[in-house]
Parts: sequence; C-alpha cells; structure tokens
Amino acid sequence: MSAVLHDAQHNVRLAKFGRRKLVNKIALVLSLAAMSFGLFWLFWILWETVRLGLGGISLATFTQMTPAPNEAGGLANALYGSLIMVALATFVGTPIGIMAGIYLAEYNPKGWLASVTRFVNDILLSAPSIVIGLFIYAVVVSRFKSFSGWAGVMALALIVIPVVIRTTENMLQLVPAALREAAYALGAPKWKVIISITLKAARAGVVTGVLLAVARIAGETAPLLFTALNNQFWTSDLSKPMASLPVTIFKFAMSPYENWQQLAWAGVFLITVAVLGLNILARVLTRSKN
Amino acid sequence: MSSTLPANRAAFESASKADPRDMTNPPPNNVKRRSPWADKLFGWTAQAAAWLTLGLLAGILMSLIFGAWPAISKYGLGFLTSTTWDPVKNEYGGLVMIYGTLATSFIALLIAVPVSFGIALFLTELSPAWLKRPLGTAIELLAAVPSIVYGMWGLLVFGPILATYVQTPLQKAFGETPFVGALVSGPPVGIGILSAGIILAIMIIPFIASVMRDVFDVTPVLLKESAYALGSTTWEVVYKVVLPYTKAGVVGGIMLGLGRALGETMAITFVIGNFNQLDSLSLFQAANSITSALANEFAEAAEGLHQAALIYLGLVLFFITFVVLSLSKLMLAQLNKSEGTKT
Repeated sequence: MSAVLHDAQHNVRLAKFGRRKLVNKIALVLSLAAMSFGLFWLFWILWETVRLGLGGISLATFTQMTPAPNEAGGLANALYGSLIMVALATFVGTPIGIMAGIYLAEYNPKGWLASVTRFVNDILLSAPSIVIGLFIYAVVVSRFKSFSGWAGVMALALIVIPVVIRTTENMLQLVPAALREAAYALGAPKWKVIISITLKAARAGVVTGVLLAVARIAGETAPLLFTALNNQFWTSDLSKPMASLPVTIFKFAMSPYENWQQLAWAGVFLITVAVLGLNILARVLTRSKN
Repeated sequence: MSSTLPANRAAFESASKADPRDMTNPPPNNVKRRSPWADKLFGWTAQAAAWLTLGLLAGILMSLIFGAWPAISKYGLGFLTSTTWDPVKNEYGGLVMIYGTLATSFIALLIAVPVSFGIALFLTELSPAWLKRPLGTAIELLAAVPSIVYGMWGLLVFGPILATYVQTPLQKAFGETPFVGALVSGPPVGIGILSAGIILAIMIIPFIASVMRDVFDVTPVLLKESAYALGSTTWEVVYKVVLPYTKAGVVGGIMLGLGRALGETMAITFVIGNFNQLDSLSLFQAANSITSALANEFAEAAEGLHQAALIYLGLVLFFITFVVLSLSKLMLAQLNKSEGTKT
C-alpha cells in the first residue's frame, strides 16, 4: 500500500520536474529569440544603410553643394556645417562638462549641490533634445530675430555638457585615492593635483566621454531644426542659418525627388559610419585602459 | 637626513630637471608652491560649472513657461483635453499630440520590455563568456544609431514591408471582429501609430536591456548559487531570485526607456504621418506626437498663439519626461541603497 502511494508521489514529482524543465527550456529559447530579435534590427538597418547609401557616394558628394530638385549635386555645405558646428559645440561644451565633473568627483561629492547637480544632470542626459532646441530658440533665435549657426552650436553644446559631466565624474572616481594622497603629501595644491594627477590618470576615460558626446551630437537633428535651420548654399558665417547633415537628410528624405532621396541615403551612410565608428573607437579606448 | 637631500637648492633643482619623475626626494621647504588664488579660482570655476548645469534646467523650464504663456493664459489646462488644432482659425488644443506620444510610447514599452528582459537574461545567464562583450556592444550600438537613420529606414524600408506583410494580413484576419477590428482599421500604408511604436521599441531596447543587464549582474553570486544548489532551473533563479532582488532597478530601467521614447523626435516624425485629427482608435491611422508637431511646425509657425501653443506642448513633454526620468533615477538609487545594506 505504502509502496503504491510512494510511487504515485514519485510520479507527481517527476511530472512536476518535467514541467519545470519544460518551462525553463521555453524561457531560454525565448531569451535566445529576444537576443536575435535585437541583433536582427541592427543588421537590417546597417545593411540597408550600406546598400542604399554606398551607391550614392562619389567625389561630387564631398565637393558640390546641395542641389535643387532633380539636379546633380553633393552634400559639401551640409558636411561643412555639421563639422563646424559639432567641432565648436564640443569645444564649448567639453571644458564646462569636465569642470562640473571635477566638482562632482573632487569637491564635496556628498554635498547638496553635488547631489542635486548629479540628479539634474542625469535628467538632462535623457531629456528630449527637441526641448533644448526650443530653449535656444527662445533665448537666442527669437532675441536676435534670426536663425544662426551660433544658435545651433549652443544647442549642441548643451547636449555635450551632460554626457561629458557623467563620464568625467565616473572616471575620476575610479582614480585610486592613494594617488591623490601621495600628491597632497608632496605639497601640491588641489588644482595641481587634479590637473596633473587625477585628470591625467583618468585621461582615456574622459576622452571616451568626449568622443561619445561628439557621436551623439553628430547625429542630432531635433535641436538644429529651429536653431541653425538649413541653408542651401555654402556659408562659413555662423551668424547666418547653416546647413547640417542631419537636417539636410531630413529635408531630402521627406521629399518626393529621386536625387534628393539618393543624397539623403548617402548622408545617412556617412553619418552612420561616423557615429558608429566614434562609438567603437570610444569603446576600444576604455577597453585598452582596463 | 642630509645624506638623502642634495646639499643645496641649485643642486636639487638641476637634479629634478634631469628627471622630473624622480620623486623620491621630498621638495625643499622654501620653494614657493602655495598659490591660494589659483586653488580658489579653480574651485570656483568647478563650482560655477556645476551651478551652470542646475541653471540650465531652471532656464529651460522658465523659458518654456514664458514662451508658452500666451497659450497657458488663454486655454489653461483645457489645452490638454481639447482636440482642435487649427492654425488657420488660430485654435489650439494638445490632446491629439499628447495621445500620439503616449500611445506610441505604450506600444514601444509593450514590445521592448519583454525583449529587453530576454536580452538581459541571455547576456547574464546564457551567453558564453567570450560572447558577452561583443553581443552587449552590438545591442548598445543599436542605441548609437542616430534617430534620423531610424526615421529614414522606417519610412522607406520598414513601413512598406510592415504594410504588406503585417498590416494587410491583420486587417484581413481581424477586420470584422468587434473592438479589435477598430484597432486595425484604416489604410494599411505602414505609417502611423503602430509603425512609430515598433521603431521606438527598437530604439529603446538597448537602454532598457543594458540597465537590466547591469542590475542583474549586481545580484550577489551567493544568492544565485544557493538557488541553483537547491535544484532551481535557470529560469527559476532569474524569475524568483534575481528579479525580486533587482525589482527597483528593473523598473528604473523601464522608466528610463519610457523617458527616451516620450522624447524621441526624428524617427517618429518620419513615420507617424503628422495628421492632426483623432477620429479613430486605429493603430494604422496616421497621427501626430508632441515631438513631431514641434519638428514639423515650429520653424514655420507664426509668432504669437501658434508658437506659444507649440511651446506649451514642449512644456507638457518636458514635464512628463522630467517626472518619468526622476522616478527612474529614484528607483535605481533605491536599488543601490538596498544593495549597500544587504551585503
């Protein structure tokens, strides 16, 4: 009698075990499927970008201005505008970001100002970039009554700052305290310790942060739409509206003209290569450091 | 003492010039090395930079309220529930855009959360060690692709495929069913809330997945190993040990993804169709979102009420994302805190 009961119990347990194993298997297969799902989009997007973009690239893409509909042309002015604005924005935003990052990591990291700044910074990091555009529009464009390259530079610089703050702070925190203490013990003043010891030790990480920020703003369209606007012609005057690659792509992609769409794909290809290249470079930099 | 120190200062200086890295000797006392003003200046600059960041948030908020004031004073909160958006008659209400933003983000979360969970599970528990890094990087690169690339790809490549292979069959299968039929009515052209939601999902998967992966990695190995030792399957360990332990962090990651989805602009602008009416529940219907309304109309909007109404929309968007991102931040901080007490 008891043997029968025992057998029954055993069978129930076995069945339960089988079910648990099945559930486990299903979950793991689904997880594998999720991973493939994610990779699938990446490869699809990259494939289409190369397929449709590479064909449109020629020497003219880099030497000729953006054309009128159904005329030949290139993206020279847009590329130039993007380069100038991204370079200046990085130049303006980076020092501010690094200084704020230094404050958060080296001066009173537990104080209220540091805590609040950290909180606000994390929000700015993910805040909608189009709102930054609205802000610069209100502060700069509507005051000077003109869209301008400078306004674009400022909008992009405001996006650089939070990225750089975040990485600078994180990287400075990784520097061992013993290094700082050794420098202090030698009698170095704080600013000198920070500049020539901690910042130098965290150099690769800080550079990574700047590269990531450049990658981020190189592809930003929304904050430029109503700050730098667009310009069909070559201009190096930053007080005038200025073309940029993303805004040009936006305009051309939405148009019904064949040649504009072709150029937009070429632009998409260039921008994707540049942005992904910067990202991978940034990763390689931190990896070799670790 | 004198045996380790050079006899005089000149000798010391020439020695230190010869090899500046030779720091075995302490510097002599009389060197003028204190420069309090430089120290103070540097400290102030650093502090000023931190204040600037705070000022930025305040500035954004104030400039938005100021810019939106004509619309706020005219419509008040009724703006949020009115569906009229008529630049010709100069009548504005934001419900259509707010609905578009919320609906697309909701669809995005619906897809992205389970997928991200699967990816995080794969990266932390299943993947062979040598694959973890390249796979993690590949998923993170998905976040690096500029949103304009998603937009153009979505409009010209993905949209038509979605229309032919998903929307049309769905409409054939469910077109007559009550309620579901309403969701799939409308022209199956691959533009609208559904396409925008799917593309948003792809864009936020990397954010949610990498937060989930990071918090899963935070779970003490001891806990996981104990569960395995009791005979748990991988799924049971993740579902009953890791997930409860990292609950706050997981929710924080989802909130972060939601914040991103709400504020995404270019990809949505391409595929949502920019249609300012809300006359059906259909997911295939072209609609509009806050961000795409701003992207399309703002540069051309006449100064005055039209512009103020658009800035009002921007303010609403900023407010929603601010709340969502704050919650995300608090959730993630909570996980760090509890981690500190438990170990």
